[in-house]
Amino acid sequence: MTDTAMTEVLAGEPNHHGYRTFQLGEFAFERDEYFAYVRWPTGTHTMSVDAFLRAAQRDVAWNFFYGTVNFDNVVGTVNHYGNVDLFAGSFNEAYRKAELDHLENFPHEQILGTFRSMLDDWTNEGFDPFAAPEETRTAWGDKSGNNTEAITRRRVTASRMVGVPGDEPIRTDETHPVNRMFADVDQSQPEIYAEPGFEDQVCAFNLFGYLSRSDVTWNPSIVSVCKDSLYCPTTEEYILPIIHGNDRVEWFVQLSDQIEWEVADKVTGKLRARVTMKAGDVAAMPADIRHQGYSPKRSMLLVWENGSAELPELIATGKAPTYPVDI
Amino acid sequence: MELGGVGLSTYVTKFGSLLDYEKGGVEAIDDDPRHYAFSNLFEVAAGSKPWEKVVVGKNQQYVLEVIRADGTSEWRTCAHDEFALVMDGVVEIDLVALDEAIVPSDKAGSVALGGEPAGRPAGRIVARRGHMALLPANAAYRLRADEPACILLQTIFGEDTVERWSEICQTV
Repeated sequence: MTDTAMTEVLAGEPNHHGYRTFQLGEFAFERDEYFAYVRWPTGTHTMSVDAFLRAAQRDVAWNFFYGTVNFDNVVGTVNHYGNVDLFAGSFNEAYRKAELDHLENFPHEQILGTFRSMLDDWTNEGFDPFAAPEETRTAWGDKSGNNTEAITRRRVTASRMVGVPGDEPIRTDETHPVNRMFADVDQSQPEIYAEPGFEDQVCAFNLFGYLSRSDVTWNPSIVSVCKDSLYCPTTEEYILPIIHGNDRVEWFVQLSDQIEWEVADKVTGKLRARVTMKAGDVAAMPADIRHQGYSPKRSMLLVWENGSAELPELIATGKAPTYPVDI
Repeated sequence: MELGGVGLSTYVTKFGSLLDYEKGGVEAIDDDPRHYAFSNLFEVAAGSKPWEKVVVGKNQQYVLEVIRADGTSEWRTCAHDEFALVMDGVVEIDLVALDEAIVPSDKAGSVALGGEPAGRPAGRIVARRGHMALLPANAAYRLRADEPACILLQTIFGEDTVERWSEICQTV
């Protein structure tokens, strides 16, 4: 990956709240004590700054993820894997009808560098955009320090499986204490009896215990890899800070507790379904929808992705269906 | 200022099991529920034969198989890694390093050996609910569960993969 520190970030001097204003193409981003403002040639948009930072955090951490990351129903990004669209109103019927929508495409490194700098400048000490609202201080107020350590957490990406020698390590009390909502989750590890010389083949770990120690919410990370089949479990609490628009079929397995998903059309935003998932439920999210989840108690969700680079094109050209199977 | 955990709430994490699960569902507003292929893996396992490999998730060639572990399985092997997540019960896994790979490297999914494996014992794993085990490529494995258990297997569609979507998924 290109070093984004080498890309040019256009940022002004701090405003009277202490925050820099950022420019990306014809988009401008500004914040004050409570709000983030996005401006483009044909419009402006205001978001609560905590919601904006939580969304920007996911977009940056996931390298713009698969498909569309809607910050809300107006502003967001579309990943083209090498370059990224930044849009306002492009997936909002009213904006498009009024011809107030705006979209610009940027090299991946340019938009990533700008978003990283903005996130760092706008996140105050004590506010963790990855944390559940109960577990962090607020985003409000004039500029007050930073929280670079929290916003630059390394995303777990196992190459084979967590716990395999040389791969991602398991979590312990020293690095990841058990979350308050998962205090009852069994922490015992599997019994492993490897013959000498087969320690890297006879491997297992406690996935539920591992997830119970996650210090972030709504942040899928890779724990096992079968070619392009990626297990990306995550722990969820409160509301998914973005509305994810799929460019491929995505699968969910609810491992614990419950999440409600609001599902809307990817292009228009019109509601299509509400999906309630309880422990053991399995559901696909079609490739032509956007979805946002609500988790009243911290829950464990297995997000299952097919990371094939060919899928978006196959689906966009109609060579692969937008839904998972014929029933 | 304390953050989190200060209050009246006590938290109970709800997992499912073969004998105790609740199922959610799709409330269609302007869509076909079949597009979500909604099922419950405990329900699928409860209605499956022992060691049947029933697909609950499919993305091109990749699948999530639900296996009702009950008794002792046949020996199987696979050209690629697979991963077994125990969703309920206790499962013992025996692994053997085969003297030579039995399936071609491009073969998808696991195959039955049809007998005892020729090779060296590599080890054994005892996995309980929430434990995930690697079933390494080109090893032979055999699973055992003294009581009915449930496994979610990350693998690729193979010759013994079973599809019965209309039986397991919400259709209306």
